[in-house]
Amino acid sequence: MTRESFDRHLQQLQDEVLVLGSMVDKAIDRSMRALKGRDMEMARQVVAGDRKINQKRLDIEERCVELIISQQPVASDLRIIVAVLNIIIDLERIGDHAEGTAKIALMIGDEPPLKPLIDLPRMAEKAGDMLRRSLVAFINRDVASAREISAEDDEIDNLYDQVYRELLVFMMEDPRTITRATRLIWVAHNLERSADRVTNICERVVFTVTGKMEEIGASKY
Amino acid sequence: MIKLSPKLMQKIAWGFTWAAGIISVLILVLIIGYVLAKGLPVISLEFLLTSPEGGLSGEGGIFSCIVATLWLIAITMAILIPLGIGAAIYLAEYAPDSKFTRLIRYSVDLLAGVPSIVFGLFGFAVFVMALHLSYSILAGALTLVCLLLPFLVRSAEEAIRTVPQEQREAALSLGATRWQTIVHVIMPAALPGIITGIILCVGGAVAESACLYVTMGGSAAMPTSLLSGGRTLAVHVFYLAMETNALDKALATGAVLIILIFIINLSTRWLSQRLQAKMSGGT
Amino acid sequence: MNPKIQTKELDFHYGKVQALKKVTLDIKEHQVTALIGPSGCGKSTFLRTLNRMNDVIPNARLEGAVFLDGLNIYAPEVDVVEVRKRVGMVFQQPNPFPKSIYENVIFGPRMLGLNHRTNLNDVVEKSLRASGLWDEVKDNLGKSGMALSGGQQQRLCIARALAIEPEIILMDEPCSSLDPISTLRIEELMQELKGKYTIVIVTHNMQQAARASDWTGFFLLGEMVEYGPTSEIFSRPKDKRTEDYITGRFG
Repeated sequence: MTRESFDRHLQQLQDEVLVLGSMVDKAIDRSMRALKGRDMEMARQVVAGDRKINQKRLDIEERCVELIISQQPVASDLRIIVAVLNIIIDLERIGDHAEGTAKIALMIGDEPPLKPLIDLPRMAEKAGDMLRRSLVAFINRDVASAREISAEDDEIDNLYDQVYRELLVFMMEDPRTITRATRLIWVAHNLERSADRVTNICERVVFTVTGKMEEIGASKY
Repeated sequence: MIKLSPKLMQKIAWGFTWAAGIISVLILVLIIGYVLAKGLPVISLEFLLTSPEGGLSGEGGIFSCIVATLWLIAITMAILIPLGIGAAIYLAEYAPDSKFTRLIRYSVDLLAGVPSIVFGLFGFAVFVMALHLSYSILAGALTLVCLLLPFLVRSAEEAIRTVPQEQREAALSLGATRWQTIVHVIMPAALPGIITGIILCVGGAVAESACLYVTMGGSAAMPTSLLSGGRTLAVHVFYLAMETNALDKALATGAVLIILIFIINLSTRWLSQRLQAKMSGGT
Repeated sequence: MNPKIQTKELDFHYGKVQALKKVTLDIKEHQVTALIGPSGCGKSTFLRTLNRMNDVIPNARLEGAVFLDGLNIYAPEVDVVEVRKRVGMVFQQPNPFPKSIYENVIFGPRMLGLNHRTNLNDVVEKSLRASGLWDEVKDNLGKSGMALSGGQQQRLCIARALAIEPEIILMDEPCSSLDPISTLRIEELMQELKGKYTIVIVTHNMQQAARASDWTGFFLLGEMVEYGPTSEIFSRPKDKRTEDYITGRFG
């Protein structure tokens, strides 16, 4: 006895997670480009796109519920579905963070730039990279790579520290920059949180494979 | 070959089975009806209570024959039932499934197919001659036991075997011993089947004539003990039909025989129901 | 949790066929232990070794030991009736005797020599209450056990098993012929009974094992492949064969 139709559904479910992941990945990238390039149109697209991400998440959740009802999964099947249910929440939240960044881009509008953006785009790039690789690790059930990715969260944390200190200096030197600097700190914070969410995804990869829930790469924030 | 539609085929089959059923019932009703119709008017209290007096016209009644028949049935059953059921319990519940038990079953089946007159000859040689029982009810009864035992053992064994295994397991799992299980669970459940077997045996005993003629003799005198000879109703029918011209009395005796079987049948069933209720305790 | 039953290297042969291979298992007291596995995997055979129900099978051979509170029930001096008094059993098909409800329940005590009427009345009420059947039949104890519905019959059989006050109840696929509601009732009952008894259930229904048991053992080809807390077995089985079986990718 095999369960071909169930296997097919599980496969489709994971494909959908990848689709959602790429939507979120794109949102991070575009929100940062909007911020950096003062592209209001792109920022508005990211904000609008978040609703599609939320909808996608709900669709996937519903598929999970349907599979639970119809197939009564146990063992690894159950773990995959539980992992998916958790991963899509993390993905949606990362999407929300990207939306937050896009909204800040809209707020900043065409105010004069405080400084050229260098570290923030690097954070965004790193977070996007971790996200993509974490999903690949999920698909490949690659525990080692999941642990590696989790560990890389430190790089994000370091960048965050750096951005934070830099902006603090700006604000101390010239209180008129406080509004603009605070907004950039929010962006940094969004990216830091996104990377934390990626480590959650990595934990789910470990859970899917081993069945153990463990905290890996505990973030400093 | 002509192709018939399944529907038509079904109709034909239906018709055939229906006709077969009707015909068999009809034959039965015809025989019993004929015997009863011809025989019953001849029966009177005097016919029942006087013994045969012989003669070409079959003088007298059938009293001694009824008594001899009842004696014979009683003795036969008293020996046959415990022996038959005991052997059936052994075969169904205790005997391991070995070559030996298969041999027993096979010979039992074989014996069941042997014509009764062969048993009669055996009974004559062993009981009448060798054991010096002479022509007697006891010799007849023992011969009948030999004749009927295989059948009773087989039918009782079948009845015991049809008791579901689950019932045995239920009893054993509740801490009953195997003997308790047999007495309290298996026998009550198997009783209807066993009773059917016994009734058929009684019928066989009552109907048997050839093998009894050579072991009980044909004396029409009133039996006084187990060792006196006697003439059963069936033998008497044979005698009346062959040796006299009293066909009406033969038919009347036949009618009595049928009624007797009917009464024994009913009372045995009634007894078994009582017994079953008692053995299984409660309603 | 103490082991109530321990089997040690249990081998069982039907003639030349080996039905159990070196099964070593601790069954915990006051817990529901489920035995799962495909047909013919030996789970029922194993269950039946625990009350020596296999004794009656011709040409069967057992090696190893089954300890009940440390006592080897296959030791030559042990009386099989004593074993079955301590280890009750409920079967796959509800198998009430063709007797009244009352007579069904007191069958065991009576075979064991209890005859006092008032005591028997108490036994009947207590057992039927424990099996959750009392309220449905209390006005009709003279009714034939066969006249009950399938689910009621099975609860009658449970009451009948409880009447001999066993310490362990073995259940051999007790719900396989019951409808879902009756099945749930029996599962509920198992949860109530485990406070007083130790329950071992064979089931081919994995959802039932997951719902109703605390411990699960997986049997395959006469071997006990994996044994552990039910939640572990169904969320993260260690053995690939267990995983394949419970996820339906077996064979």
